[in-house]
Amino acid sequence: MSVIALSPFDLSLAALLVLLLAGLSWRLQLAMERKLLVAALRTTIQLMLIGLVLKVLFDHAEWWWVSLMALVMLAVAGREVMARQQRRFSGWRGYDVGTSAMFVSSFTVTLLALIVVIGNDPWYTPQYAIPLLGMVLGNTMNGIALGMDRLTSGAWQQRAVIEARLLLGQGAMEAVSDLRREAMRVGMIPMINSMAAAGIVSLPGMMTGQILAGTPPLEAVKYQILVMFLITAGTGFGTMVAVWRGARCLFDERDRLRLERLAGS
Amino acid sequence: MIPSREITLNLLRVEGVASHSMSIPLLEVAAGECVCVSGPSGAGKSLLLRAIADLDPHEGRMWLDGREAHEFRPWEWRRQVGLLPAESQWWRDQVGEHFAAVDDAQWQALGFGRETLHWQVTRCSTGERQRLALLRLLANQPRVLLLDEPTAALDPAAVQRVEAMIAAYREERQAAVLWVSHDPAQMQRVATRQIRIVAGRLEGAA
Repeated sequence: MSVIALSPFDLSLAALLVLLLAGLSWRLQLAMERKLLVAALRTTIQLMLIGLVLKVLFDHAEWWWVSLMALVMLAVAGREVMARQQRRFSGWRGYDVGTSAMFVSSFTVTLLALIVVIGNDPWYTPQYAIPLLGMVLGNTMNGIALGMDRLTSGAWQQRAVIEARLLLGQGAMEAVSDLRREAMRVGMIPMINSMAAAGIVSLPGMMTGQILAGTPPLEAVKYQILVMFLITAGTGFGTMVAVWRGARCLFDERDRLRLERLAGS
Repeated sequence: MIPSREITLNLLRVEGVASHSMSIPLLEVAAGECVCVSGPSGAGKSLLLRAIADLDPHEGRMWLDGREAHEFRPWEWRRQVGLLPAESQWWRDQVGEHFAAVDDAQWQALGFGRETLHWQVTRCSTGERQRLALLRLLANQPRVLLLDEPTAALDPAAVQRVEAMIAAYREERQAAVLWVSHDPAQMQRVATRQIRIVAGRLEGAA
């Protein structure tokens, strides 16, 4: 069974729905029509571009092209993590903490899956490597952004308590132990929720896509389970590393709380 | 500089400590001594205490019993040089969860008992919390006490109890005390020496 190709006409029909929604938004004075149309346009252009990039990449399946692509994805995700925090570490530190945690966790997890679990030849076959990395990276990015945001805003709000704990002779990491736990939890909740709801409330996008493309449902499900586990591991380990390193960055070598390292919103 | 007396190292020695607009060339507190610090609000009294507890980045050098601050691990230093902030902070629900050890005599002296351990922090009055914070600090058995208006929220009877308890602790353990106060009468009662800080600078000792 092969995929039923979509014609431009099919897509225009769907686009008509978005236009209709924009019209209604204008009618109801929601002031969302502009944003809606710009977002719809962005989605179209960005996805077309990535389609082209992937097409070229698939035709030239060399390991350095795949690595370059992976690094670009990592860099963009790192920027996104920064942008989503209200109070982030200023300067290089802000970028470094989130990005290195993402690198360590998602790249390790994806490599493990590619080499050990899937075992393709060559292991970097872009049809597998890029989508897998994309899914793991995207979710890890969410977890890390949430965790770091909770950590930094929490430190800002609980400054007095953290300092009081330092004054009673607690070490830096002990003084923020509650906050660290909370931040890790916040980062991990979305993926636990999505695992719990998968298949009952939501049909995960990847699986749906594979089924649409003609894969037998059970094969699609197996891949989805694999991806879920990879995402969970990537997000969980990534959030832990980021929160741990972020917490350390809140303090200097004499265990003083240095909130001036955080930039305002 | 040769000391006039026989060589007795002061328990706490602070040299050229400065942070923000506060700058103190030299301050020494001997074991068993209680130095009161007064001065207008915003003069830098709290900044001085925070710098001595090594809570703010600062210039200058500090010694405890002849050993320089950087030779201590950060938490070691803060356990020995205990700062009591003007406002007490609590992070668990029950009072007892903030204490590793309880000295019954001290607790009774401030009007508390074992049952206090099960009190909810949110239901304690500001004054109760301030007294409990002092007990919490003393449980570390610090050798230097840095007290930032420790009796500000207390009624006269409680003020008396706290003063007596700090005096007893100082005597018994030969602790050095640096006490920020706004009350001239209190300073008369507790101080062995008084200093005044105005606009971040030390004014002639009285």
